[in-house]
Amino acid sequence: MSVVNYARTLQKVILNIGPRCYHRWVTTASVALRIRDSKQNFRCRLWCGLLTPVHYQYSTEGNTSKVPSVATWEPVLENQLPPAKQVPADLVDKLERLALVDFPNQEGLVCLKKAIRFADQLHVVDTEGVDPMDSVLENRALYLREDVVAEGDCADRLLQLSKDTVEEYFVAPPGNIPLPGREEC
Amino acid sequence: MAASSAGIGTLLCKNINKQIEIFYPTNRRYTWCVIRRICTSISRFRCQGQIKRKSAPKELVGVVGLEVHAQIQSITKLFSGSQVRFQAPPNSLVSFFDASLPGTLPVLNRRCVEAAVMTGLALDCVINRKSLFDRKHYFYADLPAGYQITQQRRPIAVDGTLTYSHLGGTRRNTLITKSVRIKQIQLEQDSGKSLHDDRRGQTLIDLNRAGVGLMELVMEPDMSCGEEAAAAVRELQLILQALGTCQGHMDEGQLRVDANVSVHRPGDPWGVRTEVKNINSGRNLARAIDYEIQRQVGVLKNGGTVQNETRSFDRKSGHTLPMRDKEGLQDYRFMPEPNLPPLIVYDRPSTAPPCVHPSQVVVLEEVRAGLPELPRARRTRLVESYDILPEHSFTLVNEDGLTDYFEAVVKETKAGPRKVIGWVNQVLLGLLHHHSLSVSQSPVTPQMLAQLLNLQENGQISSSVAKQVFQELWRAPGKTAQQIIQEQDLGIVSNTTEIHRICQKVVDSHPDQVQAIRGGNKKVLNKLMGLVQKETKGRADPVLVRSILEEKTS
Repeated sequence: MSVVNYARTLQKVILNIGPRCYHRWVTTASVALRIRDSKQNFRCRLWCGLLTPVHYQYSTEGNTSKVPSVATWEPVLENQLPPAKQVPADLVDKLERLALVDFPNQEGLVCLKKAIRFADQLHVVDTEGVDPMDSVLENRALYLREDVVAEGDCADRLLQLSKDTVEEYFVAPPGNIPLPGREEC
Repeated sequence: MAASSAGIGTLLCKNINKQIEIFYPTNRRYTWCVIRRICTSISRFRCQGQIKRKSAPKELVGVVGLEVHAQIQSITKLFSGSQVRFQAPPNSLVSFFDASLPGTLPVLNRRCVEAAVMTGLALDCVINRKSLFDRKHYFYADLPAGYQITQQRRPIAVDGTLTYSHLGGTRRNTLITKSVRIKQIQLEQDSGKSLHDDRRGQTLIDLNRAGVGLMELVMEPDMSCGEEAAAAVRELQLILQALGTCQGHMDEGQLRVDANVSVHRPGDPWGVRTEVKNINSGRNLARAIDYEIQRQVGVLKNGGTVQNETRSFDRKSGHTLPMRDKEGLQDYRFMPEPNLPPLIVYDRPSTAPPCVHPSQVVVLEEVRAGLPELPRARRTRLVESYDILPEHSFTLVNEDGLTDYFEAVVKETKAGPRKVIGWVNQVLLGLLHHHSLSVSQSPVTPQMLAQLLNLQENGQISSSVAKQVFQELWRAPGKTAQQIIQEQDLGIVSNTTEIHRICQKVVDSHPDQVQAIRGGNKKVLNKLMGLVQKETKGRADPVLVRSILEEKTS
């Protein structure tokens, strides 16, 4: 039996087991059969791809996996971090007003400081010459919709969701209610 | 430098004063000498400072920057598929995304992108090939999501120019052309509408307008008074209407203008600015800005300082009043919109990626090719093809529909365009403004005016009679010019014997005027001509009358 046929039967057997298994079996099969011809590899995968209804995305680089064999995570030491920033009381007031969160007592503030310290670990990473990424979708094309009416006209369903309504309007308290001043605890 | 030395001197003086209080009365004479020495040095510095200020007094001038929100004329909203309509039952044009129900995502409308790109190209902006969306967070009842999706970091268009003109000069008939730089044009969502019911202490929210696409145009503070700002906004309105991207009715809220006003002396850094909102027409914009400039000049002259606040314009009184609840500077906590990838605009169809469907790409070349005739180009075309003055074409383009009226009249009449311009710009427009009508509501149609001008050209009526007939046509539009002339017997009197007789009568009854003319004063002839015209009810040919009178009085 030729090498390619053997690979094909192997892949027929493991059809639709699951993405991880499929990938592992294909690579182990290729390694076991010592198929050096990457074009044949591709053809095998293409053929299997036509049969499998599930569409997988994986790298076509060959047999190397990006997952390291040994854990490479190192804890970040305190002295590597930049100096801890103090959070003044009026800044906490401002945050409470802007974000409508509540720091009721000293524990809340301690939690906030710990959270900031945890995020400071990002400063250890060297980002010299790297453009900031602001969306994981940056390589996707933005879908543009045609200018055709497709939604709307569901006023009754929307108004049912609100506690207070007056004649098809939503009801809200007037203006922005200022938060009470910070009481010293 | 003088001020700081004076400051240090006063500080030193105060400190020494304090010490003196402790040590008094032991070293009185010494300390008194010290104080005196320091005080004299302080007063010397202060006088120098005052002298410097007095030698170069400069006038306070206003600095005005505008922020314009133009509602994009599209069938659906910016990020959802619900309809955009002006008046509709409350909350009937709201989709789940507009109501910010959880699980909804924004889907960008292609027409809004094209509208923004067209506006950017018409205003000579640089179109950013890649623009990003951000979230601007603030809490208000008419913003159900708590944030507004806008483009703050990289808007779709930057660095443009808006060239506008206004009639200035002593007699307001000279065209002054200026330009204002446009900082950026960005796409953003509109918020809902809130109706305040103070009696019951509640606010009623209508989300029909929430999510409608807006183009925010931020202009640099290059203007200095209300008239310039009003002219710039008018020009912008004309451009947007010509492009079809916005209908530009300020009273319907399709074009909202906020003015940032401050005053300073030329050469000095800019003063504190205030924002003026709630302006709903071009004329109110000019009034509001002029009032605010006067107010700020008054405050500074009285020695006060201008507060950085938001003021609302009250059109009844013409004053700006401070708006409530603005607690210091708002911090909007801008954040990149995670649900929207960057918006890419392509130069040519060939640069677009081949696997993407053509309806998914916006190509600059195609948009540029589809731009209609802009007001600027229209004005130059009118000046070139009809040989009229730029001021005339400015008035023609400024008024809605007047250009078409003018062109219709010129096509049907033998009179030259310059004569028609005089009739259209002064006579017709004057009457329209007097009765507050638009050109489409004019009772005198272009055909009727063309007929009237033909009669005048043929010599059947004189110019003053033509004006009378025009007034008649305005009042009773059912009749034609011919009918009116026949009914009121306004046909030109060309019977020379008749005119001779009337002229003779006038000359005989005013011997002293005749003497004055014979003496050398030719201007009195006009008075005699006026009398002859009154006799003939304006029907006589003025040229003929003048020649006969000159003959008789020589």
